[in-house]
Amino acid sequence: MIPVGFAYERPSSVDGALALLAEHGEEASVMAGGHSLLPVMKLRLAAPELIIDISKLSELSYVKVDGDEVAIGAGTRHSTVERSDVLAAESPLLAGVARTVGDPQVRHRGTIGGSLAHADPASDLPAAVLALGGTVVLRSPRGTRSVPITEFFTGVFSTAKEPDELLVEIRVPRTGGAGWAYEKFTRRANDWAIVGVAVVDGRVGLVNMGQTPLRATATEEALAGGASIADAAALADQGTEPPEDLAGTKEYRRHLARVLTRRALTTAAGG
Amino acid sequence: MSIMGTRVRRVEDPVFLTRGATYTDDLTDERLSGALHLTFVRSPMAHARITGVDTTAAREAPGVVAVITADEMDLEPTKHFPAVPDAMARPWLAKDTVRFVGEPVAAVLTEHAYQGEDAAELVEVDYDPLPAVTTLKQALADETLLFPEAGTNLAVAFGGEDEFSDDLFADCEVVVTQEIVNQRVAAAPLETRGAAAAWGEDGRVTLFASTQNAQQTKGEVAGWLGVDPGLVHVITPDVGGGFGAKIGADPEFALVAWLARHVGRPVRWNESRSENMTGMLQGRAQLQTITIGGNRDGKVLAYRLDVLADAGAYPRIGVALPTFTRMMAGGVYDIPKVETRARVLVTNTTSTGAYRGAGRPEATAAIERAIDLFAAEIGKDVAEVRKLNVPPPDAFPYTNKGGAQYDSGEYAKAIDTVLEAAGYQGLRAEQKARRERGEVLQLGIGLSCFVEITAGGMTAEDATVEVHPDGTVTVLTGTSPHGQGHATAWAMLASEKLGIPVEKITVKHGDTDLIPKGIGTMGSRSLQTGGVAVYQAAGELADLAKQRAADLLEANVDDLEVADGAVRVAGTGTSITLAELAEKDQLRIESHWDGQMPSFPFGAHLAVVELDIESGKAVVDRILTIDDAGTILNPLLAEGQRHGGIAQGIAQALLEEVVYDADGNPLTATFADYGIPSAAELPSFTLLTMETPTHLNPIGAKGIGEAGTIGATPAVQSAVCDAVAHLGIRHIDMPATPLRVWTAINAAQNGSDA
Ligand SMILES: Cc1cc2nc3c(=O)[nH]c(=O)nc-3n(C[C@H](O)[C@H](O)[C@H](O)COP(=O)(O)OP(=O)(O)OC[C@H]3O[C@@H](n4cnc5c(N)ncnc54)[C@H](O)[C@@H]3O)c2cc1C
Repeated sequence: MIPVGFAYERPSSVDGALALLAEHGEEASVMAGGHSLLPVMKLRLAAPELIIDISKLSELSYVKVDGDEVAIGAGTRHSTVERSDVLAAESPLLAGVARTVGDPQVRHRGTIGGSLAHADPASDLPAAVLALGGTVVLRSPRGTRSVPITEFFTGVFSTAKEPDELLVEIRVPRTGGAGWAYEKFTRRANDWAIVGVAVVDGRVGLVNMGQTPLRATATEEALAGGASIADAAALADQGTEPPEDLAGTKEYRRHLARVLTRRALTTAAGG
Repeated sequence: MSIMGTRVRRVEDPVFLTRGATYTDDLTDERLSGALHLTFVRSPMAHARITGVDTTAAREAPGVVAVITADEMDLEPTKHFPAVPDAMARPWLAKDTVRFVGEPVAAVLTEHAYQGEDAAELVEVDYDPLPAVTTLKQALADETLLFPEAGTNLAVAFGGEDEFSDDLFADCEVVVTQEIVNQRVAAAPLETRGAAAAWGEDGRVTLFASTQNAQQTKGEVAGWLGVDPGLVHVITPDVGGGFGAKIGADPEFALVAWLARHVGRPVRWNESRSENMTGMLQGRAQLQTITIGGNRDGKVLAYRLDVLADAGAYPRIGVALPTFTRMMAGGVYDIPKVETRARVLVTNTTSTGAYRGAGRPEATAAIERAIDLFAAEIGKDVAEVRKLNVPPPDAFPYTNKGGAQYDSGEYAKAIDTVLEAAGYQGLRAEQKARRERGEVLQLGIGLSCFVEITAGGMTAEDATVEVHPDGTVTVLTGTSPHGQGHATAWAMLASEKLGIPVEKITVKHGDTDLIPKGIGTMGSRSLQTGGVAVYQAAGELADLAKQRAADLLEANVDDLEVADGAVRVAGTGTSITLAELAEKDQLRIESHWDGQMPSFPFGAHLAVVELDIESGKAVVDRILTIDDAGTILNPLLAEGQRHGGIAQGIAQALLEEVVYDADGNPLTATFADYGIPSAAELPSFTLLTMETPTHLNPIGAKGIGEAGTIGATPAVQSAVCDAVAHLGIRHIDMPATPLRVWTAINAAQNGSDA
């Protein structure tokens, strides 16, 4: 449970971090909250030669309204997202989902950027941003680009982010008073989701139902076509390839996705 | 006023809550200065032949002082349980074959701990995989043998084929049989295993070790090393939990001491959580076949329990536990005919040992399930059937069919008490209403009634009490607290006899030079053995003080009384303090107590679960318990024991299970995968009071450490089954995870995916 030796740098600015990333490329790992990175390093499943600690970069920690969107700095802790007044008013789903991540200790360390960059299909926030139809902002010395969240996740633990890029911002639409709900199904309060379903404004994001977070498109289309919640929810597992592990078989996860989608849609509809 | 029975706060806690405990890994003892750190290279394979070990690269890594393999060791493989075949001896480091994931293959000694992990990765071991035996039925088939020279995977059999009669159930109107799993669980103490050893100029070794009993550890380690026990000095620092899995010495302890001698430097070892989850003894692991028969009026006439128990790869103390399971098979019930047998088998998994309850929870879970199934079959209420079959209070002492003599018990009263406190009839009405309304959240009510054996087998303990000239008191005990609060409880017992406040009384334990005799803390034995020994020693000390004071005060011994730390002539102002007496001559008593017989605490638990029939998730809404452990010395400590036990009991019923895949890879080796509960998974507990004293000792106390795991587990399992009983489900194995419950519901609804 001791990681392989590594060098450590704590740049004082995003530009400093980008310079280090550009220089060291794939040999380096950015560390934000460290709550996904350090466990894999301790188990020696990852052995970066250089750790670039961005956890203290205040320029990456903010939540603000920007036009039709809310912009969230990638280094914003889950606990801040959870308690943000801006999000409570403008995108309550995100705050509500952040509240279900791990336990208070985890939420005080982990960051929204780290959660998205890590791209664990069992994580909560990626599916929430997907349901919201957000965008991620990536920066490198080559420039800054925005990637729609629908194109960001490319597989288990993999994203469209290049090795020299830093995830700097997450942008989500202001959903205001639109109905939302998050159904996270776990065995224990601080576990990862066996299946999770995030619903906002008629869009449905699924946690742990495939290689990446997924949208329940069949359900969304049915709803748009005027189907009842029960009928639409019955389609929630369509097109999914859920994993199989001790907590659930494929069949069980498909079943849960349907049940939880129905419950989340009902809650979001004010029922 | 007597201090007995009062809620004295734990004297241990101020240090734990401020500075923190000193566990083996925290020691800064000068004997350990310059110690090397031991890192094990452990097998990643469950069953394989070792075809080569190359340590060249590791030996050259930074900080490496030695890399040891089986070839360099002169210790013979050793059996860790006498009655098993010789071929099942465990090598200290695997030589030709590895038999479980986590088995030590090589030992790396480095100046710093981190260097050890780096170097261990460089040890190259070539494995030639063998088929793994991971289930008891596979082991029984004897197709793959762990120890071919033994010719069988059977480590021990208790009771043969001829134990079972053909006509056991001949008189019964109803017979029900069921195979049930009492799953393997991990002890998972917060402090993982650790030890440190330093050999002195005098040829003696000081072994610091995280254990539940220093004296047994000393004997075992001396035996394994082949040295005179007088050369081994074991010291037990603070121990962060054991739950039975730290009873005695681990084989790793002997390696730590052997390596320290081999390289001529102190050695320390502390395992990681991942190592702990595969290296430390695990518990339960029984596959039981129960058959129960009786009449439609509810009377049980015969019961059979057939046990397959998992020893893990190398038989250790877990092998012995089915004897408790057999002895306690009939539980609280007066069943005319009871037959049992147990076969203990080796598998390519972590070895098993004692785990909170150790053999008795397995018995209770089986008989309680059997009673439920029988009641369901005849359509009678589970509480009614239970009460119909328990012996009345005047039947005690009562000898059960396993030969155990129950000292005292009022089982029907325990059942009635929990039923009444829970509002049983109201709960049944609520359950019925929810069923009729077809609600998603169904109610399940589970009842268990249990009797267990405490201080089983080891009924004696020693204590020394000494009053010092400054008025303070030292108590030496052979018990070995690791969370139980003996420093508080034993001080209360001495205080009661001497009238000296607990703040002035220091309880010492776990140092074999200071306290050569002791059995330790396990099997809910400590208060009724070690505690009573302290009570007796303090009483004898008071008598000694009176005798000495009689001369000094020119009074008759019969007119003297000990109170407030002094000997007084009753009814006068004349007195002399115990401190003054100690100043004149050492005031110290060594005493030996032997209660001769174990005691049999009992109780009843009632659990209410809410079960989401769509998802299969069950949540314990309420649990009410009677845990009658005789007279309670300190309710605060007793409640703490009950709380912890109930939590662990609920966790076995709903969450915890050590799982291996078909190749013998552990799938639950981290706390992310292994289901230890947090407070969030548990309701508040309703602890009900009942104290039926035992006549076996002067304070009337029985053991309480394991009651929770014995009573809560079957109550919760039963509640889960009860919640879905209306769907035609009779039994769901533990842990009743959402997946397992949903699978059962799904199957009951004809395999349709609801
Ligand atoms: C006990 C425990 C329980 C948990 N429970 C949950 C749970 O229930 N639900 C859940 O969703 N998560 C859970 N997590 C994960 C937690 O939310 C993590 O904090 C999160 O997934 C990663 O965020 P981090 O800031 O810690 O990232 P880090 O661990 O620092 O980094 C993770 C990865 O992302 C990269 N990275 C981080 N930030 C950036 C960036 N700005 N730009 C580019 N790359 C970046 C790193 O290089 C690394 O590869 C749990 C973690 C623990 C330890």
